[in-house]
Amino acid sequence: MLKIKDLSVSINDKNILKGFNLEVRAGEVHAIMGPNGTGKSTLAAVIAGRDTFDIEQGEITYLGKNLTDMSPELRAREGIFLGFQYPVEIPGVSMASFMRAALNEKRKHFGQNPLSGGEFLKLMEEKKNLVEIHSNLTNRSVNEGFSGGEKKKNEIFQMALLEPRLAILDETDSGLDIDALKVVANGVNKLRSPENATIIITHYQRLLDFIIPDYVHVLFDGRIVKSGGKELALELENKGYEWVKNEVNGAMTTLKA
Amino acid sequence: MNATQNTIPLKESLLGLYHQHLQAIEGLSSHKLIHLRQKALHEFERIGFPTSKLENWRFTDISQILSQNFEFDFRNQSRPFDLKEIFTCEVYDLDTYSLTLLNGWFVYQHTPLFKFDNGVIIGSLAKAMEEFPEIVEKYLGSAASTPNAAFAALNTAFMQDGLFVYVPKGVTVEKPIQLVNIVNSQVPLFLQPRSLVVAEAGSSVTLVHCDHALTHTPSVTNTVLEVFLHPEAQVDHYKVQNKGKSSALFTNTYFHLYEGSKVSSCIMTLNGGFTRNSVEINLLGTQSQANLKGLYLADRSQFVDNQVQINHSAPGCYSNQLFKGILDDQAKAVFSGRINVQRDAQKTQAYQNNKNLLLSEEAKINSQPHLEIYADDVKCSHGATIGQLEPNAMFYLRSRGISEKTARQLMMLAFADEVVKEISIEPLKQKIGGMVEKRLKGELSICDQCVLHCKDNSPATFNIDMNKL
Repeated sequence: MLKIKDLSVSINDKNILKGFNLEVRAGEVHAIMGPNGTGKSTLAAVIAGRDTFDIEQGEITYLGKNLTDMSPELRAREGIFLGFQYPVEIPGVSMASFMRAALNEKRKHFGQNPLSGGEFLKLMEEKKNLVEIHSNLTNRSVNEGFSGGEKKKNEIFQMALLEPRLAILDETDSGLDIDALKVVANGVNKLRSPENATIIITHYQRLLDFIIPDYVHVLFDGRIVKSGGKELALELENKGYEWVKNEVNGAMTTLKA
Repeated sequence: MNATQNTIPLKESLLGLYHQHLQAIEGLSSHKLIHLRQKALHEFERIGFPTSKLENWRFTDISQILSQNFEFDFRNQSRPFDLKEIFTCEVYDLDTYSLTLLNGWFVYQHTPLFKFDNGVIIGSLAKAMEEFPEIVEKYLGSAASTPNAAFAALNTAFMQDGLFVYVPKGVTVEKPIQLVNIVNSQVPLFLQPRSLVVAEAGSSVTLVHCDHALTHTPSVTNTVLEVFLHPEAQVDHYKVQNKGKSSALFTNTYFHLYEGSKVSSCIMTLNGGFTRNSVEINLLGTQSQANLKGLYLADRSQFVDNQVQINHSAPGCYSNQLFKGILDDQAKAVFSGRINVQRDAQKTQAYQNNKNLLLSEEAKINSQPHLEIYADDVKCSHGATIGQLEPNAMFYLRSRGISEKTARQLMMLAFADEVVKEISIEPLKQKIGGMVEKRLKGELSICDQCVLHCKDNSPATFNIDMNKL
């Protein structure tokens, strides 16, 4: 579904990703872990189409198409979803008009008729129940005055509504208490299917107790330095990131010698 | 009788015209009103038209506007007719008392002055001068008497007709009163409509004031509205403007507030070549409150100037100003908010905020707060922001599949909504909200409401270009 080959990305001439490789197939859940400042959020933003980064080299293909030529909105309509680490507050734009516009743009993209107001509200209720969100979202402005937990739940709700093929969840667990974490994890698990794939970006192993990944990758200094199954996350939790750093640095030393 | 002004400067020409048409202008005015006119004429003669040397006019150049030749209608040439023949207003199907000024003169089908059983009087000011001189003379000109206000003085000297509203003690006028001011002329007109609203103690009334031009002929409208709020009275005032690029509009609005009265005023400038809205609010009685909101949307070479003066003269009063603008192309705007808190006006609360979105490199806003505070126990604040559309929010919307254009529209609507949502009459909020939305989507032209369709000229459309950022 998603192939990233030898991707190097910089911002203001500072290299963030340095020869990054990843392949994600339908039905898989990948966890990308790593210390702060190693390029995790950059990776998520670049896949979603943020244009503040410069792609120096490499390629990203999604369902066989070159992603780097596509606008963020086109990527979204094609089924890419980014769950934001810091969801943006947009006063004055209601959740209902926001999501209805988004959903109808996607439907238009696939030649479907737009949903009427009534149909949309019905669907919205359905998806709210699915992801166990009970607050009244319809008339509220996008994320305005939402608590940290509500903002993250709202990301999962949007994901449920837009039914992406590839979801990238950027630190969705950060700042959540255990109850909110469970709601978020349940939402993700319910939306898992053999046709779609999920990339979970996280600093901690905690979320992976609830969403069991197929693969765990450790990102360090702009590259994946270690990949494994779900047990790698536990090992990381026990040994800490220092362990990976030392291993990497050790390998570098060996290489030099 | 039309009077054409010659190549001599407008000031001299106006002074000459006054004397030349003395009989038409002073007409049946009482001694008191004649005295008022002459005093105002002398004031205008003394100060003349403002130049950019004056602090209030630093960023506002009117020399071009004043260099044109205008005609003046000193006698009512309109005949009774059905307005619907030529005009339907965007906010027209509201359930309102609708009154119309055509080229500055009251037009009507049945009577120029409605007198209701509960004592409410609504209609033509010219007629009210004849029928209710005791009310008119008591108030007319007493609010619009600030020194050095050239346009207000000019209006007072030449005023002929406009809206008159009288609401007796304790009466609530259920339906909004809508005044539609239409300019429809093939020759350049200089109009000076004058309106007076008196709300007695404990009464309440809603005013909706729309300005429209039906042709693209240049015109100057210099209007004065005086509103008097007696104790505990409440007035909601909405000003909507949609005119062509060749029109110039000077609105001079004065509110006098006595104990415990409340005014809320909302000034929407949607289209117009040149617009200057001056609002002066005098909080004369304790616990009186003024809520002032403004929205201005300008593109191409449009110019919008909002001048607010709020005088806190009594203790415990509240005032709040929120003005927001979206400017594109070479549009320019000025906002000047003056708050004056006098020595005895303790426990004053006075707030002011001016927020602007600039969509092009050339668009320009001059935002000036002026606070003069002579009392020591007050809460005052002011703020001004000038920005572009927030890139993080734009990316957030686009990352959900929303096109860049739609995302911009959503953000601009959201920006404008902070003002629109304050409109307390639901159908009016819907209507004005709809007009703002059409304006931001580039679908609102001045020809929208007009059945003339300007066959000679190509219809002017005004749209904010979404493809800039």
